[in-house]
Amino acid sequence: MPSLALLLSQAFNGLALGTLLALVSSGLTIILGTLGVLNFAHGSLLMVGCYVALVVLNATGSWLLALVSVLVFMFVAGVLIERVIMRLFYQRPPEDQILVTFGIGIVVVETMRALFGSQTQHMAVPPWGEGVTRIGFLIYPTYRLELIGIIAFTLLVQYVVLYRTSLGLVVRAGIENAAMTGILGINVPRTFLLVFGFGVVAAGVAGMLYGPILSVTPDSGEVYLVQAFVVIVIGGLGSFPGAVLGGLIAGEIMSITSAFNSAYSEVMLYAVMALVLVVRPQGLFGTEGRV
Amino acid sequence: MNETGKVSSVRRRTLLLGGLGLAGTCGFLNQALAAEHNAPLGTWPAGISGNTAFLGITTPLTGPYAADGQDHQLGYELAIAEINAGSPLVQKWGLKGKGVLGKTLRYKIADSQTKPNVAVQAQTGFIQQDKAIMITGCVSSATAVALEELAQRDKVLNMVGASGSNDTTGKNCQRYAFRSQPSAYMACRALAPVVAKALGKNLKAAYLVPDYTYGHSVFDSFSRFAKEHGWTIATQQVVPLGTSDFSSALLNIANSDAQVFVNVAFGADAVTSTKQADQFGVLKKMKMIVPNISSFQAKETGPELMAGVYGTFDFWWGLEDRYPLAKDFVQAFVKKNKYHPRWGAHIGYLQTLVWAVSVERAKSFYPPDVIKVLEASKSDPYETSLGKVWYRAEDHQLVRPVPVVVGKAASAMKNPDDFYDVVEVVPGDQVMSPPDAFGCHLGPYT
Repeated sequence: MPSLALLLSQAFNGLALGTLLALVSSGLTIILGTLGVLNFAHGSLLMVGCYVALVVLNATGSWLLALVSVLVFMFVAGVLIERVIMRLFYQRPPEDQILVTFGIGIVVVETMRALFGSQTQHMAVPPWGEGVTRIGFLIYPTYRLELIGIIAFTLLVQYVVLYRTSLGLVVRAGIENAAMTGILGINVPRTFLLVFGFGVVAAGVAGMLYGPILSVTPDSGEVYLVQAFVVIVIGGLGSFPGAVLGGLIAGEIMSITSAFNSAYSEVMLYAVMALVLVVRPQGLFGTEGRV
Repeated sequence: MNETGKVSSVRRRTLLLGGLGLAGTCGFLNQALAAEHNAPLGTWPAGISGNTAFLGITTPLTGPYAADGQDHQLGYELAIAEINAGSPLVQKWGLKGKGVLGKTLRYKIADSQTKPNVAVQAQTGFIQQDKAIMITGCVSSATAVALEELAQRDKVLNMVGASGSNDTTGKNCQRYAFRSQPSAYMACRALAPVVAKALGKNLKAAYLVPDYTYGHSVFDSFSRFAKEHGWTIATQQVVPLGTSDFSSALLNIANSDAQVFVNVAFGADAVTSTKQADQFGVLKKMKMIVPNISSFQAKETGPELMAGVYGTFDFWWGLEDRYPLAKDFVQAFVKKNKYHPRWGAHIGYLQTLVWAVSVERAKSFYPPDVIKVLEASKSDPYETSLGKVWYRAEDHQLVRPVPVVVGKAASAMKNPDDFYDVVEVVPGDQVMSPPDAFGCHLGPYT
């Protein structure tokens, strides 16, 4: 039986892990909820954000410049993917959408491999995040502590854009009924373009923030795609608050389970997902019959 | 008389020599004819019907072991190019002329994605469509044992790639599979006394263990040999292969009272876990040991995290100072690929050359003949980049030296690949397990 101190430490770690999972999942759920497209290229786009940040950091050492570069690069990439490919698939069956995004993911990963190779790239923790912080009995990496705040702010910005702006209103109207929204004179395709770009930016920012923690290789994003998918299934497909809550639940499940036996942490995550699907198939925040 | 006597003497000698030559020729012809009269087996003789022989190679070019896999590929490519060219380098290993028994080697390489089922699917294609006469390559024990089973079933020789699990030449051993990398048992038996001497006796160790045959094998072996030096287990954290975030496991390790952190994770997982262990303060609190260091771990984490870390390799390029053929290999590899080979490349290179030498010794590609040569190699060891080595007949494990290394500080590096010092090279026969220790029962020849 783990000590109370260890259990509390793991509960805190679950919170930190959960915010990371929530951020990774947010981009996936925004695109799914709005456009009805399950973006299987999400994991690879996350790694693109990571590599863009790495290149800028290696050249300049500036995290601010890296952030700006990631925002711009990922938005342009998102817009291009939507204009050139995704727009042609909105009216196609879901399996076509899955296949095309899966294909985009493969192309993106292999392009990164051609450019950077398969070896892990070293992305250092920023100077303002180095070392460990002691909070009572808990010793925790400073960067991960800071990430909780940074991610909370990032998720808040996403929430405000989606739920407190006119753009968000159009987006949510588009989700409910794209045809009716179009009849009202609103340019729905342009809104969808922005949403896709926004989702890709969210993936890229997650990749950048995750860079100093994870193994920066072209196919590292695959794991995050799977985890993000589990998170949005728990939280409710297409629901932004669901992604946040799902991420936190997933983080806590994996972390608390690890206090007892780390080998079962992922097993428990999938078990909870299965349980949610049985008890509430639409997920915690999902709406029945919609995605 | 004298003149006649000389003539007689010369004739007698000539006759004797001629007789011996004839007997030898007859023996060779008999062997050749015997081989020709063997019933078809696996891809033999279809795979060698022309003037080429085909090798099926699988290696992970994607997934957590991709970096090791690419290095592995380059080792195979170098060996095959040298064999086909009949270079002086491979003549020193015992090969004659170009190719193997005059046949040019052809090959295909498939990406196994670090997944056993993908590797088996690819090698099945090579066996059925390309009539591969030998299959090889992997950077995972899970893949290794899957390919061993395939080799035994299809009666195609398998020169196992990178695999450290005891099961590979233990309960999963096969007549048709030969492993050159040290088993976990060998590596840990070589490493434990060295680290006990360097770090001290009676220490508590925390283990990070990937949840598959390799991880459990290394944990079992290292904890067993460390126990002989009074080391105990503070905690064992088992994590799935391909874990991206080790925070939960590392938190448990950081909260244990261990003095040593034994990191069994491999490939990209080893890099991520090492990086995260540093962020959690584990590396400041504990000395890290990596029983089986990944090919590019120091390069990928940065030398500062691996400085002072003890571990073992299949091969480190610094061994060129000890073995002439290692020097030849390292020089040829650097010339072709512009970096120093890691041990993935070495396994590909050595296994291909040892197979080729065995075929030439057997004077046949017929798998049972080649297997018998490999099994009898103790009486006629192979001259290799690791000195003289041989395969143990009982379990097909290569009896070979095990290099124990320690990571260098960045300031001590003499070139960009100079990450480790070889602390000790432990002779193979000192670290071998009893042949039946892991339940090996080799299958039939035919």
